[in-house]
Amino acid sequence: MRTKQKRSLRGIYVPAFVLCGILCLAILGPLLTPYGYDEIVAEQFQKPGLDHWFGTDIHGRDLFTRVLLGARISLSVGLAGALISFLIGVTYGLLSGWIGGAVDSAMMRFVDLLYSLPRIVLVIVVIAVFDGKAKLWMDSTSLAQFVPYTRLLLMFLALGMIEWLTMARIIRGQVLRIKALAFVQAAQSMGQNTFGIVFQHLLPNLRGIILVYVTLTIPTVILEESFLSFLGLGIQAPQSSWGTLLSDGAFIINPVKSYWWILAGPAFFMALTLMSLNFLGDALRDYYDPKST
Amino acid sequence: MFWQNIHCSICIGKNKGEGSKVFVYFLKRLVQSIIVLLFVVTATFLLMRIAPGSPFAAERKIPAKVEAALMKKYNLDGSLVDQYTSYLANLLKGNFGDSLKYEGRTVLEILAQAFPKSALVGGFSLVIALLLGIVLGSYAAIHHNELLDRLAMLLALLGICLPVFVIAPLLILIFAMQWNFLPVAGWGNLSHIILPVVCLSLPYGAYCARLMRTSMLDVLGQDFIRTAHAKGLSAQVVLYKHALRYAILPLVNYTGPLAAHLFTGSMIIEEIFKVPGMGSFFVNGVLNRDVFLVGGSVIVYCALLLTLNFVVDIINVYLDRRIQLW
Repeated sequence: MRTKQKRSLRGIYVPAFVLCGILCLAILGPLLTPYGYDEIVAEQFQKPGLDHWFGTDIHGRDLFTRVLLGARISLSVGLAGALISFLIGVTYGLLSGWIGGAVDSAMMRFVDLLYSLPRIVLVIVVIAVFDGKAKLWMDSTSLAQFVPYTRLLLMFLALGMIEWLTMARIIRGQVLRIKALAFVQAAQSMGQNTFGIVFQHLLPNLRGIILVYVTLTIPTVILEESFLSFLGLGIQAPQSSWGTLLSDGAFIINPVKSYWWILAGPAFFMALTLMSLNFLGDALRDYYDPKST
Repeated sequence: MFWQNIHCSICIGKNKGEGSKVFVYFLKRLVQSIIVLLFVVTATFLLMRIAPGSPFAAERKIPAKVEAALMKKYNLDGSLVDQYTSYLANLLKGNFGDSLKYEGRTVLEILAQAFPKSALVGGFSLVIALLLGIVLGSYAAIHHNELLDRLAMLLALLGICLPVFVIAPLLILIFAMQWNFLPVAGWGNLSHIILPVVCLSLPYGAYCARLMRTSMLDVLGQDFIRTAHAKGLSAQVVLYKHALRYAILPLVNYTGPLAAHLFTGSMIIEEIFKVPGMGSFFVNGVLNRDVFLVGGSVIVYCALLLTLNFVVDIINVYLDRRIQLW
């Protein structure tokens, strides 16, 4: 038997610090550069220099500015997608685990079925299909000013909708485990209602594992967003996410002349963010479950 | 569960031989798979049909009459239930329908042409990804917390965190343009598949390495490994004969979905390297509302996934005799 390791916060500080930095850059974005994200400021394909830290893109727009805007959009897609998957997954897992019995196994079979669907189809269908409809609908209501963001909203929804399965499974397994413990039975026998038990006993005990999986879902969603951008289903033209910047770069780099900086800036930021999130998730997992490593 | 009831109703006698238990288990899995396949076909068909937008809407607007005639020709008029039942009936006859976008070609023809190409690239990628994962992951686990472990895992994480369409152009740039010894893209001879295979296998190899490292660390910490060391076995024998067999289990489980995914082609890789495989047909099919093409691709993917998961379960039993399936 291995001895129980001491809980340590080692490995949490560095990625957390990096993420805070990137978050600040994303929030302060427009204040940090003198250029607009849609503003043509120089010759196209200028090399990185003092004026343009990451160079300029095919239209002569400042890439650093666009990467900062991309940070905003990519991070918000990641956060919103993870949040939606968290809401659905935790609710579903709690219900399934708490009710148990036939309902539980039916609910879990449904999750198994969804696992066997190629889930990216769902995302493509939701976005390709409802894009036009949602725009028409928003135009006719008072939401008309948000029309440029329809894609973004659909992406939140679609990615959140496919990412909750793993979360539901994990939560359900944990609920089954905790439900059988004495303190939950004690609470039940003392007449505490289900609602109270869930919020006072179950959720506090699930906090760690939820935190870990939300942290690990964010990078997955950001990667999926970049995949959608490559298919042309991402954020639309003047706006930019890291995914659209990278896929634009990937298409440009093929000709004889190589503009490596088009990829370098966004790739650096994206890799840094995703790696920090993964490191943070791993460190949090070590903290909440020292046995797992 | 409903299939447990099926299981119980078939198992009447109490003391049956191993053979009949295996048979019952196989039967159970078959029934399960058919149910899953049916669900997936239904879901895909409904999703594609509910989706607004006509499969025949091209750049040029076609007259309503022509469109109606086309819809009738492909059996897409009438109620959704009628369309669905006729599709299912066709499927049972082995007829996957005609492609709506690629005129005059049946879905089966397209899949028969595209699948082997995707499977070739995917198969090579799978082998490389698994080898990379096993070697790198075990190595990192043995040298736990040393510099090399950290470095290997950092590289693996980088492989996961960069989208494949960033790695692909960089490799093209280096190997095809700078050094000029591999073709940029295309399909024809073996040299065409090297770059796609490398690009496809890198991220999955990285993921496998992380998986392998975690499970190897777990196994290496267990009692039977200490016993093996205490018996005086060499480190190599302990690793290859004792630890690897169990540490590889999570990787084996992951191989099922991974292989199904790789064999049916990655749309991004096929787009960048111009491989005429299944991935691009599939995604274009979804975008063009090519119902039957998408349906056919999904059936291939799902059938492959179910079969491979079954094979994986059998391999699990072989590797770890404590697992009981039947």
